[in-house]
Amino acid sequence: MTSTADKATAEVVETVTLTIDGTEVTVPKGTLIIRAAEQVGINIPRFCDHPLLKPAGACRQCLVDVAAPDREGNVRPFPKPQASCTMTAMDGMIVNTQNTSDEAKKAQEGVMELLLINHPLDCPVCDKGGECPLQNQAMSHGHAESRFIDVKRVFEKPLALSSEILLDRERCVLCQRCTRFSKEIAGDAFIDLQNRGAMQQIGTFDEDVLDFDGYEPIGVAAEDESGKAFSSYYSGNTVQICPVGALTSAAYRFRSRPFDLVSSPGISEHDSSGAAIRTDHRRGKVLRRLSDNDPVVNEEWITDKDRFAFAWQNLSDRLERPLVRGEDGELHEASWPDAIARAAAGLRAAAGRTGTPADRKAKGVGVLPGGRVTLEDAYAYQKFARVALGTNDVDARTRGASDEEQAFLGSSVAGTGLGVTFGDLEKAPTVLLVGFEPEDEGGVVFLRLRKSVGRQSVLTVAPFLSRGAEKLSASLIQTAPGGEAGALAAVKAGTDTADALSEDGAVVILGERLATVPGALAEALRLAKRTGARLAWIPRRAGERGAAEAGALPGLLPGGRDAASEAARDAVAQAWSVGSLPEAAGRDAAGIIAAAAAGELSGLVVGGVTPSDLTADLRAALTATDFVVSLEVRRTEVSEHADVVLPVAPTFEKPGTFVNWEGRLRGFATAIRTEAISDHRALDFLGRELGVDLKVGTVADVNEQLAVLGAAPKGQRMKAPTVKAAKPAPATGDQLILASWHMLVDEGALQDGEPYLAGTGRTAVARLSAHTAERIGVKDGVVTITGAAKGAIELPVVVTEMADGVVWVPAKSPGSWVAQELGVEPGTLVTVKGGI
Amino acid sequence: MSEHDDVWKVNRERDGEAQRFESNFPEYGPIAKTFAPVAGFGVTLRNFFRPTVTEQYPDEKTPAMPRYHGRHQLNRYADGLEKCIGCELCAWACPADAIYVEADSNTEDAQYSPGERYGRVYQINYLRCIFCGLCIEACPTRALTMTNEYELAGPTREGLIYEKQDLLAPMEDGMLAAPHPMVPGTVDDDYYKGDVTQVVQEQTAWVRERRPDDPTLPENRSAEDDASSRPAQQSPDAALSGPAGPVGGRTRG
Repeated sequence: MTSTADKATAEVVETVTLTIDGTEVTVPKGTLIIRAAEQVGINIPRFCDHPLLKPAGACRQCLVDVAAPDREGNVRPFPKPQASCTMTAMDGMIVNTQNTSDEAKKAQEGVMELLLINHPLDCPVCDKGGECPLQNQAMSHGHAESRFIDVKRVFEKPLALSSEILLDRERCVLCQRCTRFSKEIAGDAFIDLQNRGAMQQIGTFDEDVLDFDGYEPIGVAAEDESGKAFSSYYSGNTVQICPVGALTSAAYRFRSRPFDLVSSPGISEHDSSGAAIRTDHRRGKVLRRLSDNDPVVNEEWITDKDRFAFAWQNLSDRLERPLVRGEDGELHEASWPDAIARAAAGLRAAAGRTGTPADRKAKGVGVLPGGRVTLEDAYAYQKFARVALGTNDVDARTRGASDEEQAFLGSSVAGTGLGVTFGDLEKAPTVLLVGFEPEDEGGVVFLRLRKSVGRQSVLTVAPFLSRGAEKLSASLIQTAPGGEAGALAAVKAGTDTADALSEDGAVVILGERLATVPGALAEALRLAKRTGARLAWIPRRAGERGAAEAGALPGLLPGGRDAASEAARDAVAQAWSVGSLPEAAGRDAAGIIAAAAAGELSGLVVGGVTPSDLTADLRAALTATDFVVSLEVRRTEVSEHADVVLPVAPTFEKPGTFVNWEGRLRGFATAIRTEAISDHRALDFLGRELGVDLKVGTVADVNEQLAVLGAAPKGQRMKAPTVKAAKPAPATGDQLILASWHMLVDEGALQDGEPYLAGTGRTAVARLSAHTAERIGVKDGVVTITGAAKGAIELPVVVTEMADGVVWVPAKSPGSWVAQELGVEPGTLVTVKGGI
Repeated sequence: MSEHDDVWKVNRERDGEAQRFESNFPEYGPIAKTFAPVAGFGVTLRNFFRPTVTEQYPDEKTPAMPRYHGRHQLNRYADGLEKCIGCELCAWACPADAIYVEADSNTEDAQYSPGERYGRVYQINYLRCIFCGLCIEACPTRALTMTNEYELAGPTREGLIYEKQDLLAPMEDGMLAAPHPMVPGTVDDDYYKGDVTQVVQEQTAWVRERRPDDPTLPENRSAEDDASSRPAQQSPDAALSGPAGPVGGRTRG
């Protein structure tokens, strides 16, 4: 599709005019009658119809009387009522719904009666009770009395489709919304219509459960390596769209009723997509999260992680009051003023700002906000570091990072506003994925790409074709980790890939993992220049883009300004009304941690950082540093080492803004009002105690400053990286190149306390090519992997069609904590031995 | 002369025009007129010889009318399983927002009510309850009914929030305290239809294995009956004398 064709269709929309219940309505050609009726405010009852799914006509609840012009133009009625959810509107059509046609009304009541024949009517015990379309429409469009006196069909209930999703087949009205979602949207075949006639049911593919009595299950379920039937990352959406209580979630089972719940709109804190969610809470406790409808971002879908992983914020280790380390070396609860005074005193000494001779010994403070911060928090952290502590040692990238990435973010991401959007991804003729797994690392990005399967060519630079990429019909550009830069350089003019990327609207998606591949991001910029493809940087964590925008990187000031540029520093200093900003180049997160561990830093301010996510030894750094201030939601490993712990609010309990990967501001308000305060407010207190007014006390304050600063003007912007691609180290002997990425559902800190969700995660395995497996001599189907750190990872092997000399393991799945156990980033060599 | 004065004047003129009040009672005779000032003593004197209507509450407690709307009760099935399924329809119906329910799943190890769901938390706040009985109408399993118990006062606000154990009906003879499994071979519908009429051997065996000291087991119960006492928390008097929880004179809130 070219942009000119796009414009043409946008200008001329062919319309048809029809009459519904005596009201004339003009709609674009191809509109379904049920949608046309919606436009004039006529509600036709329905179950199977869903605006984002293809028409099915499965439930027959939307029957209406239709008359349409025949060939001679005489308007003639259809002999029987028609399903308005499958019939498109045509010119001159006359539609009479249940409001004006007795026949349509009778037909709908008949269908409703039929649907209720086998429905157990166990509304009092059903989770859907109170918000159930079947319940509502049975009241509004059904008979008050049942004529059915026979025995209802019974099934065993509930049937667990996964640890999270429960199926009650008795309640099902066979609308097929769930199976259509699974096939059309998520691409995971884990349930389907089974059997026929009166015994027709939604089911898994397990014969034992279904007891088919002669019938074979239709289709096969995808299985993961353990033989466990595949659980979808998006299965929670089927619960939300189920128009009856047939699909329910284990986490919300029997927890509450809709009238108990207060619903607050919000933004998911789990990934960089910024999916719109609805948080339902009761008495200050979050009971469930649902997808909100945001057509430009997540449509009506969210991942299971967005939906189910919210227990982390209210676990028993939640911090409520500040903690201060006492004389006895233990942490004791303290008042906010005491804790702030203590933290400020410690930081003042560590930063060398006491005005005493002791200042000469002070070595400075490093700031690690963590990648889960909001835009406002990130801004406060970096301003606190630069103004109150006088250092550029601030880095929100607590993952594999590099200076090249910083230059890339500064030159091409931060302060560039809305770039490639979800809509652009959907329309792109070609999408090249580099260092990015759409399903595991992208969340709803995957669903947008999947929407265009068949209309879009997806290429992926990866060691093997993952299941997510397979579902996108992606073609693999097989590359060992570390070789991505070379793979991008190899896309020379004249090759098929280059031609595909030269098409109008082509997009190259760059994952955060490219940071550790020297030259990859520089090469991507060159490729974009060569082919005209647009770049989209999609990190994993929700706060990454916001941190880049806010300047919470050592060499980056707000708006993409270069901290090394004097003009940029002066401009920011002027906006902040301070004399000057620190000139000395800052250290990145790994540098800060290494310096702290070596005793080259006197203090650390740590936000939401999990030590086990880092290859650098944060534990050693925390122990070696004199004074540590931790801003945390829960009592974590970091807070155990801290001298002062300031409790901060989780996302539900504070307002803020996430900047999603598109560069779209995703603001959210407080869902549950508590006394908990945001990081930026705590830092504002700290700043005041240190004698600086940071003006970051409220979201409005921060946004005002961000608005004043704006994006960097040309002269103050960072220069694009020009790093040359390095040749990856060759794999020899039992030394293999490590490939790894985070699974969507794994043991990340924000998924704590949710066993049902954890049960849907993929089983951790090590992947090797057949050739490599033979070479290292895999015994008992198990390998032991060791790296720079002291730990080891033992996993069962799955021989996969993939690059030779590479071993793939999940980054933080059960039994496979790569950063902690191996201490290396993907792309480096690890030792792999067969057997345990 | 102000406008106000005008109005006053007009109103007084109208008063004058209005008909004077005339009583319809007949005029008393001269004797009646003489005794009229002390006629009230006559009423008092007359009542000396009439039966008394004063109730000696709280020394003597008179039963209320049979359909009096008093304290709620959460009923049980004949085998001791709770009727409440935690559906919250009572809370939904409540116009005073006096009822709070949290449901949970029955499990094999802990079956409190027939079927999948039971009420884990059940609270009625008697400071809010208006005793309208809409909750009783809403209850789909007849779990919630009202007793004639009307003594609902207490020194604390917390104390007037009755918990599930305060509201549950006392164990009758032959009942077995939950949790225990449903009668084998039955489904929740059988309970709703009233087909379960007594505890069966399997249920008793299940409880005996897990809670040998359970006072509702037949062997333990006979010993109790000899002493003619019931477990305190299930006696109706216990609920009467005040709810469980920290009552002892705390007056928070």
